[in-house]
Amino acid sequence: MLQTKALFYSYDGRNQLQFPDIDCKKGEHWLLLGQSGSGKTTLLHLLGGLLSPKGGVVNIDGTNIANLKGSALDRFRGQRVGIIFQKAHFVKSLTVEENLLLAQQLAGAPASKTRIRELLERLNVGHKHRSKPDRLSAGEQQRVAIARALVNQPAIILADEPTSALDDVNCNEVIHLLEEQAAAVSATLLVVTHDSRLKAAFRNQIHL
Amino acid sequence: MNLFQLSWKNLTNKPLSLALNLILFALGTGLISLLLLLSSQLQEKFDKNLAGIDLVIGAKGSPLQLILCSMYHVDTPTGNISIKEAKPFMRPGHPLIKAAIPLSMGDNYKNYRIVGTTHDILALYNAEIQEGKKWEKTWETTIGATVAADLGLKIGDQFQSSHGFASEKDMDMAHEGDFIVVGILKPSGSVVDQLILTNTQTIWAVHEHAAEGSTDSTAHEAHADDSKPLIEYEDRDITSLLIQFKNRNYMTLNMGRSINENTDMQAAMPAFEINRLYANMGVGVDALQALAFAIILVSGLSIFISLFSSLKERRYELALMRVMGASRSRLFFLIILEGLLLAVLGCIIGLLLSHGGMAILSGLMKDAYRYAFSGWVFLKEEWILLSGALIIGVLAAVIPAIMAGRTDISETLAEG
Repeated sequence: MLQTKALFYSYDGRNQLQFPDIDCKKGEHWLLLGQSGSGKTTLLHLLGGLLSPKGGVVNIDGTNIANLKGSALDRFRGQRVGIIFQKAHFVKSLTVEENLLLAQQLAGAPASKTRIRELLERLNVGHKHRSKPDRLSAGEQQRVAIARALVNQPAIILADEPTSALDDVNCNEVIHLLEEQAAAVSATLLVVTHDSRLKAAFRNQIHL
Repeated sequence: MNLFQLSWKNLTNKPLSLALNLILFALGTGLISLLLLLSSQLQEKFDKNLAGIDLVIGAKGSPLQLILCSMYHVDTPTGNISIKEAKPFMRPGHPLIKAAIPLSMGDNYKNYRIVGTTHDILALYNAEIQEGKKWEKTWETTIGATVAADLGLKIGDQFQSSHGFASEKDMDMAHEGDFIVVGILKPSGSVVDQLILTNTQTIWAVHEHAAEGSTDSTAHEAHADDSKPLIEYEDRDITSLLIQFKNRNYMTLNMGRSINENTDMQAAMPAFEINRLYANMGVGVDALQALAFAIILVSGLSIFISLFSSLKERRYELALMRVMGASRSRLFFLIILEGLLLAVLGCIIGLLLSHGGMAILSGLMKDAYRYAFSGWVFLKEEWILLSGALIIGVLAAVIPAIMAGRTDISETLAEG
């Protein structure tokens, strides 16, 4: 489902970041651990198609996204990849529900308010669907961000330090929800973190 | 949640900045459209009332005043001229003159001017009788459509005039003698709609009454006879003469010059004076127009600045939209659309303001000058204004839009 081969990237042309090959099967949950500066975020951006590699292969569901360009890459990302960031960001002028509608629309998926409501209910933020995102607590925001990453039923879900801003209670809850929801859409989940609290939760681990 | 809705939400999310941009843009476009409306309608009124009059002969004074008074009925007369002097131009069968229409003024009824003249004035303005007949005898009047509608006068109604051109409270000096309405004209869109027409002898009679007071009534015998042609009253006065030539040539051109040089009267050419008036007005209109364009320029700049500064706060948001599948061109069009929306809305508000203002102004003008303007006429120049607004909206948005399109997802998100 998610494979990389001989992947490398360079910001300045001289110092190359080499990444180990990854091979995640459909529906598997993986943890990618590494210290700050080890290139975790760069790898996640390469996997999500936010950055094009200088060399190597990123294969998602049979497509080498290193070969996709421009709006084809944008469309692929919108439809097949869900990304959750360390700090949840939203389009500020839109409500929670409208943010999710936008995610559907930008990915070219049909707008479905029932799917959005369902998802928000499952993540326990159903009652907040009309709120502006900056009115929510950090935990609620992260849950809405998860909902947004899941709304188009992506093949893979990438999470970049999803728990580093949360306390232990919220941390456990968010990881639990992530695993549960990824399983619900049978997506491959890859969590990138330096948060050692998560080690116990994942059997599959990669160290950078 | 399409692009249009999204850009609208982005705009309304900052109501103060939205209001400022809209007000600035509306001010600029509103001012331009108001100027366009005013000058076009003023010009239309002036042109319509030119009515093929080639020359106006009256007492010495300002030529523009003579024209405004005799043709547009907005100013006071320069004085009177005697029929003895005007006689050469009033004689039937003059080789150059097709029509010479005498006007006598000096009285009004509830602000509507009473004009003593001949039936030729009806042909001049293409006025037709709607009801009743033309004035024949002294004290008989045929009234314009606006006068009839506004004052509710009907055939057979009687009224007394007051001296001057506008009735003022407590200053009214009612003249003796009852006018009687014998006819009402069809609306013609020209100045006759606002006039009370009667014969010249009536005006003389009114003022004889005033001169005699109530001491002597035998002078009534001296009243002018309706049936005698005006040129036989050499000792009497009229206010002015409207002249239509058979053909325009150097002789007709010289006629005006020779009147001005050799008589106590003056001759003024309407086309010339009105063009001079336009030229004088034009300076003011040009200055206001320049101001309006400056305001539009500033409002374009203000749209640019607010889009530009909003980009800074929205960088993460834009990168996020890219993550969710938005292409570069989509972000580009999102920002262009925000600029366009601001400009078009501002322009529409401006047009509404100017037309509303014109409607209010026309009410005021009607009271002051008896001239009706319309607020709800749309000019083709306003379409040009709207397309100009579109162009400014796009221009103001194009640099921010390019920047939005170039948002580097990875770099922006890594900072966040």
